[in-house]
Amino acid sequence: MISIVSMILIVSGLIFFAGGAVGILRFPDFYTRLHPAGKLDTMGLFMTLSGMALYVLTDFSLAALLTALKIMLIVVFIFITSPTATHSIADAGMRSGLPHWSRDQKESE
Amino acid sequence: METFFISAGMFLCVLMLLPLYRAVFGPTVLDRLIGVNAIGSKTTALLIMIGLIYHQVEMFVDIALAYATLNFIAVLATSRFFQKRKGLYKGSANE
Repeated sequence: MISIVSMILIVSGLIFFAGGAVGILRFPDFYTRLHPAGKLDTMGLFMTLSGMALYVLTDFSLAALLTALKIMLIVVFIFITSPTATHSIADAGMRSGLPHWSRDQKESE
Repeated sequence: METFFISAGMFLCVLMLLPLYRAVFGPTVLDRLIGVNAIGSKTTALLIMIGLIYHQVEMFVDIALAYATLNFIAVLATSRFFQKRKGLYKGSANE
């Protein structure tokens, strides 16, 4: 029962990962590419890692509980650091004067 | 269940090819940085999958945590480095 729930969680996380990867490839601009790179990877990592923490918890012992806690610690760490990294990349683009995409300049693919 | 983990890891490896294209052929430096960051965050999930396949999750969780930290520090340092260089791109305002 728990393995089915964790399987569903991992598959939905992989769907989020796929959306983020396709978005990084398809968006027209550097600033728009930050959107799938920052958000969808965070959501995919959250779902995938929580599914795997649930799967670790199936044989209940102290070591398994500690491992699941560590996996959730990685999720908390990613939730803090991934927006920080995305913001610093966007800030670097703004300060170095990278022009943003507009409808007039189609050639800047 | 192991077959499921192996197939999920293979699917994640195939998904890594798309940000790799962005990291190799990206028009600007920061596009490449986005690709590298996306590959690193996918590797964190892939490492725990490898640990579940080999029945050694306790070891691979620590490796995944160290990898997430390293990825964050690398992206932060690289973006801070390129933020100091004004006029790096064509069409920049202060060239």
